[in-house]
Amino acid sequence: MNSRSEHAPIVHMDQIEKHFGNVIALAGVSFDISAGECHCLLGDNGAGKSTFIKTMSGVHRPTKGKIMFEGREMNFGSPRDSMEAGIATVYQDLAMIPLMSVTRNFFMGREPTKGSGPFKRFDTATANEITMEEMRKMGINLRAPDQAVGTLSGGERQTVAIARAVYFGAKVLILDEPTSALGVRQTSNVLATIDRVRKDGIGVVFITHNVRHAMAVGDRFTVLNRGKTLGTAQRGQITPDELQDLMAGGQELAALEGSLGGTV
Amino acid sequence: MPTDVAIDERIKEESFFSRMMKRPELGAIAGVILVTVFFLVTADPAMFTLAGFMNFMSPAAQLGILAIGAALLMVGGEFDLSVGSMVAFTGLFFGACVVTFGLPLAIAIPATLVFAACVGAFNGQIVLATGLPSFIVTLAFLFILRGLSLVGLKWATDGSTQLRGVRDAVEGDWLAPIFSGEAFPALFTRMAEAGMIDTFRNGTPKVQGIPVEILWFIVIALLATYVLQRTPFGNWIFASGGDANAASNSGVPVRRVKLILFMVTACCAALVAIITVLDSGSTDARRGFQKEFEAIIAAVIGGCLLTGGYGSAIGAFFGAIIFGMVLIGLTYTNIDQDWYLVFLGGMLLIAVLFNNMIRKRVTGER
Repeated sequence: MNSRSEHAPIVHMDQIEKHFGNVIALAGVSFDISAGECHCLLGDNGAGKSTFIKTMSGVHRPTKGKIMFEGREMNFGSPRDSMEAGIATVYQDLAMIPLMSVTRNFFMGREPTKGSGPFKRFDTATANEITMEEMRKMGINLRAPDQAVGTLSGGERQTVAIARAVYFGAKVLILDEPTSALGVRQTSNVLATIDRVRKDGIGVVFITHNVRHAMAVGDRFTVLNRGKTLGTAQRGQITPDELQDLMAGGQELAALEGSLGGTV
Repeated sequence: MPTDVAIDERIKEESFFSRMMKRPELGAIAGVILVTVFFLVTADPAMFTLAGFMNFMSPAAQLGILAIGAALLMVGGEFDLSVGSMVAFTGLFFGACVVTFGLPLAIAIPATLVFAACVGAFNGQIVLATGLPSFIVTLAFLFILRGLSLVGLKWATDGSTQLRGVRDAVEGDWLAPIFSGEAFPALFTRMAEAGMIDTFRNGTPKVQGIPVEILWFIVIALLATYVLQRTPFGNWIFASGGDANAASNSGVPVRRVKLILFMVTACCAALVAIITVLDSGSTDARRGFQKEFEAIIAAVIGGCLLTGGYGSAIGAFFGAIIFGMVLIGLTYTNIDQDWYLVFLGGMLLIAVLFNNMIRKRVTGER
């Protein structure tokens, strides 16, 4: 499975199982991510993608299986633990607050301070400067750092969330369907951002159910179906059609193929 | 993709005016100006003398201390409808400490604040543990605390709903001047001698000092603004109120923030209780009646959104001043006092409509 043995994976998820009561959400999923690669996790709704990444980011504890981080077994008790280890998750809802400024969002929960003791205060000047600079690196020129996030487009918000994760030293970046609500142009901006981040040596886990978006940036593709992995393929070893078939569980889509004319 | 992108040509340069429009406290400042102009035209000029100023600032300050607490809590995304009852309840506790148990202020005041913080924390804990809206939980406490104040007062006084004798009990206590009476009397006497301020015929100044609650009000407003604007905790308050889920995913200790805010709000109520009880020398069960609504209205006039995550302490400061000016200002005019209530409701309605518009501008909603 691990053909990239020259790069030890940053995170290796081994035979992860997750049960909610009598529902088996994940039935033994293995997955790994190395530095500088974009590993796409595909699957239809209900396949277990969300549960899986929540396990990886410390929201859920796996019922069975091991999470290895840089070769050590980890036991994430909370999202904070995994964040501190270097796994950053950009959820669909982005963890952005529209009424707050870009700077305040960027540093939410991790504000830089100056002074000490009772005079310790939020260093807004530094925070503003860093925010402008990091956003510029991602190709977004903010009007002002105190611009409310609510005034940004969906793609720009996504980029703020990614820039924030990168700035705070993420080694692995989990993107939960970052393109699902975006238009064409904004999607291409986000895909370009993923590419840029990957080139900086960060491992990107890209969750999507859009095969074309996955093919655009992915190095490897893992398909989840009904809580199980259907296999992992390298870039170039698989065609978009095959990927699409895998995602839909093969037979079901084949039966529909005729009536849909292969346009899914 | 180039790393340097040209400035988007579709974004218009913002004018100073439209930037000002985005400040949450703008509405309240405009309101103060409007009300001032109104009373300059209609009221007896005595309203805008130093004595008149102290006259309307005093009730404004008492309400304002509550309003700033309420504003912080609202920015943090919660309500506390029990602050009015809390004033009566902590007033009873404080009165009992001083009169019934004869404790010195140095013990009674910290004890009252700690007691208030505990009640606030209990309130907050129920909200956070159950996930119920704070509106309904604190509405229950509005009645519970008011009822307990009545029962407690009867118990402490053998059947009366008023506890007297506070003034005698604190006579000569070194802490009393910080929480009651007027500050800087020497300065005002000096100014009177120099003819800078009005005096009575015998030479004593008409205003003997600044009522301490006004100083507390200003200090608390500045402190709250500093915390909101310039500390990480302030950022956490905005974040917790804006979207608790997003905030906690980003590592903000949302529960702790909200719990602290409930405690701060309760302590603000306790401070008002201490000041008013010392001032009047007694405590009664009707103290702080309906103050919770006035405090929330002042906070809303000050730009706080009912949905949380947006607002300012300075706004609440000016909101409370508007209240004081109208409440007292009407007595300087020929207008019937009871217009006060009409004004109160009207002001709230305008403020909410205005805030709604501002929110859309800030978030760029269309």
